[in-house]
Amino acid sequence: MSQSNPVPASAGTFSADSGSRRPLVRLSGVSKVFSNGTTALQNMTMDIRQGEFISLLGPSGCGKSTVLRIIAGLGDPSSGTIEWPTSGHDASGKALPEISFVFQEPTLMPWATVFKNVWLPLRLKGISKQEAHDRVMEALEMVGLAKFADAYPRELSGGMKMRVSIARALVTRPKILLMDEPFAALDEITRFKLNNDLLHLWEKFGWTVVFVTHSVFESVYLSNRIVVMAARPGRVVNDMLVDAPYPREEDFRTTSVYNDYCRDASAALHAAMDANDHL
Amino acid sequence: MKALEEQEQVPAPAILDEPQPVFAPRDTNFERILKFVIPAAMLLLLVALWGWYVEAYKVPHYILPSPKRVAMSLYDDWGTLSAALLVTLKITFTALGIALVGGVGLAVLMSQSRWIELALYPYAVILQVTPIVAIAPLILIYAPSTQSALLICAWIVAFFPVLSNTTQGLKSTDHNLLNLFELYGASSWQTLVYLKLPNALPYFLAGLRIAGGLALIAAVVAEFAAGSAGAGSGLAYRLLESQFRLNIPRLFAALILLSFTGVLIFAATSLLSHLLLRKWHESALKREN
Ligand SMILES: Nc1ncnc2c1ncn2[C@@H]1O[C@H](COP(=O)(O)OP(=O)(O)O)[C@@H](O)[C@H]1O
Ligand SMILES: [Mg+2]
Repeated sequence: MSQSNPVPASAGTFSADSGSRRPLVRLSGVSKVFSNGTTALQNMTMDIRQGEFISLLGPSGCGKSTVLRIIAGLGDPSSGTIEWPTSGHDASGKALPEISFVFQEPTLMPWATVFKNVWLPLRLKGISKQEAHDRVMEALEMVGLAKFADAYPRELSGGMKMRVSIARALVTRPKILLMDEPFAALDEITRFKLNNDLLHLWEKFGWTVVFVTHSVFESVYLSNRIVVMAARPGRVVNDMLVDAPYPREEDFRTTSVYNDYCRDASAALHAAMDANDHL
Repeated sequence: MKALEEQEQVPAPAILDEPQPVFAPRDTNFERILKFVIPAAMLLLLVALWGWYVEAYKVPHYILPSPKRVAMSLYDDWGTLSAALLVTLKITFTALGIALVGGVGLAVLMSQSRWIELALYPYAVILQVTPIVAIAPLILIYAPSTQSALLICAWIVAFFPVLSNTTQGLKSTDHNLLNLFELYGASSWQTLVYLKLPNALPYFLAGLRIAGGLALIAAVVAEFAAGSAGAGSGLAYRLLESQFRLNIPRLFAALILLSFTGVLIFAATSLLSHLLLRKWHESALKREN
């Protein structure tokens, strides 16, 4: 299977520094073989540029979570390299990218209030509750949960827990936000609403987002670039641009542009899955 | 397609239209009163039945004393019995205290390294599975005093539930949360304090409830094993002594004190557990559909 298309030109409306030549992250020939022999990822090469909203789209088991974890530095690749050309490095030469991660489950600490959950990343950096207060409340404000600072996670609905999880990711003001099927477990109404909120925040703050999903519609609605992956072994089979301007609102879902991209992405996904039928 | 001018207006996050959570109402006062009245009424009923039976069938007091006689014995012998109770309580709580510190400490140590766990766990298991009555005579020989022997016995029994529960709690930490801590560069100390220990708390408290009861039982069993060597010590000794002297009312009085102590320990550990977990843990929350 051929590797990704040529690097796309600046798409959508993201900030000016997206024009800079150096990517934020560069994956070169990254493979991951687990100790049980599963090749979760084979020879993945991808540049992620500043301000992109990339969706990793693929059937389950194609290594999407594995890529995300490797980018986050949770677990090393079996071969290949991950470079952070624009990030600072520590004394030993290890990159210190400003990453935040949102998991499929909200992954909150049930014994801590919403405030304390969002405070966590700052607390681990030694920032006291008082110092962190304004930033935590600001992050909660962004996701519309400031009123619930003192609630415990179990008192919240699924969508609200996910918002807390997003607030926790935002509180460190990351450069890159990695999201692993964050809305997959939510009902459609809540998912659409969180999609919109996420897009608005991204337009406002201009982070780079890598968003894992197995939903064609979600990937087209949100992103300006879709990387389609196939399973066994996990690999990239297509890399397409979604050249529709932001802001995208609910009515974008009914435009013909949206439908065309959905059809393309769907075809790419099915081609990827059919390839496996012969294996 | 949308006009470019519209980019400037970044809409605020949508206002939540998800239903706000409704906080569970507390028990009504009536329910609360019933919670105490029903168990108390059941106990009173038992005592009344017992009194009636002794009265109606003229049971001799050296077979089954009436509740009144037991109460009188409790009153008359309060000096001896309370001193014995104090000794038993001291042994139980000291053993429990050492078991808590040791159990949690060892669990933390074992969670830090698989090798330490492999090295230490067999000892913990052997101590646990060997019946305490069987080890007690040996401990009585080796320990410097009877009191310390009793303490060791109670400690051995109380230690294991704390250790095994806390270990389980430390190990069952959510992997995604562990990943999150790693991602944010948490030190292993921070991971322990902010993540693993709070996660282990419900497990630890369950262990504590078991350990509290077991510490009392072991203190009594060990005292039985000590027999007359335990002269002048705790409640179990008084119980044996009353049996030898056929002072059955006092035997009952000692027995009642013991089970009362057991109930108190259970209530105290349950209360502690409830207070610590009521905000967040399923076990402490009222189910409401
Ligand atoms: N820790 C692991 N050990 C062994 N195999 C794994 C592990 N994690 C994932 N895999 C395997 O790697 C493949 C890719 O997994 P994953 O990245 O989770 O896929 P996705 O997120 O796309 O569903 C799957 O076949 C999965 O079974
Ligand atoms: Mg996954």
